[in-house]
Amino acid sequence: MEEMHQVAIAAKDPASGRQFSSQVSILSAMELIWNLCEILFIEVAPAGPLLLHLLDWVRLHVCEVDSLSADVLGSENPSKHESFWNLVTVLVLQGRLDEARQMLSREADASPTSAGMCRILGDLMRTMPVLSPGNTQTLTELELKWQHWHEECERHLQDGTFASSPHLESLCKIMLGDEAALLEQKKLLSNWYHFLVTRLLYSHPTVKPMDLYFYAQSSLDLFLGGESSPEPLDNILMAAFEFDIHQVIKECSIALSNWWFVAHLTDLLDHCKLLQSHNLYFGSNMREFLLLEYASGLFAHHSLWQLGVDYFDYCPELGRVSLELHIERIPLSTEQKALKVLRVCEQRQMTEQVRSICKILAMKAVRNNRLGSALSWSIRAKDAAFATLVSDRFLRDYCERGCFSDLDLIDNLGPAMMLSDRLTFLGKYREFHRLYGEKRFVDAASLLLSLMTSQIAPRSFWMTLLTDALPLLEQKQVIFSAEQTYELMRCLEDLTSGKPVCGEPDPQRLQDDDVETTKVEMLRLALARNLARSIIKEGSLEGS
Amino acid sequence: MFVARSIAADHKDLIHDVSFDFHGRRMATCSSDQSVKVWDKSESGDWHCTASWKTHSGSVWRVTWAHPEFGQVLASCSFDRTAAVWEEIVGESNDKLRGQSHWVKRTTLVDSRTSVTDVKFAPKHMGLMLATCSADGIVRVYEAPDVMNLSQWSLQHEISCKLSCSCISWNPSSSRAHPPMIAVGSDDSSPNAMAKAQIFEYNENTRKYAKAETLMTVTDPVHDIAFAPNLGRSFHILAIATKDVRIFTLKPVRKELTSSGGPTKFEIHIVAQFDNHNSQVWRVSWNITGTVLASSGDDGCVRLWKANYMDNWKCTGILKGNGSPVSGSSQQGSSNPPLGSNVPNLQNSLNGSSAGRKHS
Repeated sequence: MEEMHQVAIAAKDPASGRQFSSQVSILSAMELIWNLCEILFIEVAPAGPLLLHLLDWVRLHVCEVDSLSADVLGSENPSKHESFWNLVTVLVLQGRLDEARQMLSREADASPTSAGMCRILGDLMRTMPVLSPGNTQTLTELELKWQHWHEECERHLQDGTFASSPHLESLCKIMLGDEAALLEQKKLLSNWYHFLVTRLLYSHPTVKPMDLYFYAQSSLDLFLGGESSPEPLDNILMAAFEFDIHQVIKECSIALSNWWFVAHLTDLLDHCKLLQSHNLYFGSNMREFLLLEYASGLFAHHSLWQLGVDYFDYCPELGRVSLELHIERIPLSTEQKALKVLRVCEQRQMTEQVRSICKILAMKAVRNNRLGSALSWSIRAKDAAFATLVSDRFLRDYCERGCFSDLDLIDNLGPAMMLSDRLTFLGKYREFHRLYGEKRFVDAASLLLSLMTSQIAPRSFWMTLLTDALPLLEQKQVIFSAEQTYELMRCLEDLTSGKPVCGEPDPQRLQDDDVETTKVEMLRLALARNLARSIIKEGSLEGS
Repeated sequence: MFVARSIAADHKDLIHDVSFDFHGRRMATCSSDQSVKVWDKSESGDWHCTASWKTHSGSVWRVTWAHPEFGQVLASCSFDRTAAVWEEIVGESNDKLRGQSHWVKRTTLVDSRTSVTDVKFAPKHMGLMLATCSADGIVRVYEAPDVMNLSQWSLQHEISCKLSCSCISWNPSSSRAHPPMIAVGSDDSSPNAMAKAQIFEYNENTRKYAKAETLMTVTDPVHDIAFAPNLGRSFHILAIATKDVRIFTLKPVRKELTSSGGPTKFEIHIVAQFDNHNSQVWRVSWNITGTVLASSGDDGCVRLWKANYMDNWKCTGILKGNGSPVSGSSQQGSSNPPLGSNVPNLQNSLNGSSAGRKHS
């Protein structure tokens, strides 16, 4: 709030200065209302302490005193300062009688002629009975004492003790709670609720909560004097003095442009179980209603949505489903943001939202030909079908270009590989290439064979696999055993047997007949040679 | 509190529909100039036209986005008796630099003999499916069985409504308790036509859509119809744009009480009726959670409607078509979260044919 003040003052152009100032005033108003609600609804101060709380409230929110005080006291000759009497008056209006007394004693020092009067007034100030915290006197005792004191003040006024000093006389009248005198100080009071509290202080210090409204209404009327009409803030405060929580919330909703204040106030009141006790059976519904409104508003913001999530968490009935609907709509402008959103969903077991968001991202990636990204999103979405689709694309890319993209991802699939058969094949196929690269030919060979025999490899890919087997068949050392070679031969025969595999038409075969035939012949030759060598090898004694 | 931003659309004729995508960052407009334009919102909040192309050989009445799970897909429908599905192709890098994107037609749906008046995608849990409705009174439901192949759509259902149709709405609820539902509105002006809003429900047993309800109290031409998103309610909420704004609740009657195997019976209640537009209401549109309804009318205003915690519906905001606030708007303080959150579903277009206004 103070920062806002400073920014407002420092604002370079009047427009933004005005904007900051208006925001400051809105915040001040909110604080004013909040504190009053705390005093009336939560503290539920009874008669006696009630006034003290209200005094604190006014002192806190009408803060010109401090700057005025600094001005006056900081000057060379405080009691001759033009605002001296204003300061003393304000102090009296706020019930800060000790400070007022100190001011008076300065005046007494400065001008001996009025010293006597100052002393008397100062004494009156000192002896005003107040309910101090921890004081054990009852209200009745206090009232009695106060009555005596009031009469003493009255006597002084009648006797004309302060007749020669209009300032002091006016102060005395104020302390007697004289309405006319108080209304003369409208400017210093600055608002009707200050007027109300001062009036109560000096005429009905033991006011009961239930009587507050009556005094508030008359204070407002007297202060405005028919010249102006109440503003929204006045209506809100009046509703509070009337202890009409519902009306307070309603007026705040109307006057303020967003739900922040009302949502939090209602939440607080609900936690204090006040909404029920005030006969608002729809209380907790209203709390949730307002919180939902506020949280929904936060979701429109590019980063405040994260706060909104927390608010939804505290709405037991509709929070979760509201969150589900809102969170899907957050534009995922960066990967970071997407991850944040997903984390929120995963923490709350919102599996459908996770799936949907990942699917959206996977689809976007596929359309932009970023297969690695698409694959990782499919895995996160646990979307087997889409993972199969992306794996197929990878394999097609490999066939066309002879190399893999996004090797890192495929190499580190881990258990995610099991998501779909095609994905498993992709992972294993890459593993085959790695083994081959590491010259672990026997392992590579077994893997290659198993890919075909275990039916994991799609039929359309067998030719590629067999072609991959060629270099292994033509190594100096025998890698495929006889058994394995028989298997390979069987696979090749299966493939070339001429009948199209159901569901997998192979137009390629018709087009690249020549290439295919050559390949097949080479394979047959290589397989036959390997068979021969492996039989010999296996038939020989170990060590050869 | 609303902030209005004006966009020079550059359509050469009346704009009939405006549609935001799922995330509210892309917008499509369609016009009597036979074209569709796609707009993208930049980081700074400005809207730029990233595509503009001729889509039909007649006025384009409606345009709508598919769920982003299916990619960047649009559907449009036109006076030329067709509906079309469009997909965005990721362009060359110089296209991207110029901020342009390219849309290709994936399929044309030519089954209708008359002007196709509305096209809407089904909720995503039903797969890639859309429904069209035509002036000949037939609602057609199409499905693309392979979501990666947008050129293959098959006609799954033809629903006869017996009245010239003007608008349709899918019930977005994905709850298993609710079978798929379509609401159809009619602007038929023939004297025999009475009830102008009908609800059709999909029957698992017969595998067909059957009429579940007719809203007998809606006897004036219906210009728009919209189911509200469902926050887990057992009942449905339907908004209708006709000579006024109407909001209905449809409570399913317990199955044991109805003949088994037939469509669900509903208890229909009207929970709100507002004639504040004081003229024909052309569009109604819900926000994400189904808590705010926006309506637009021939008075050139957009109005927002909201129910309080006591389920009483009230107007919470009025916006003039040119963006200026309306003085004396009630409860302006309790207006909504910034328009942005409503934006994805806010269709504040003013129907051109009757009002003759341009979207500026």
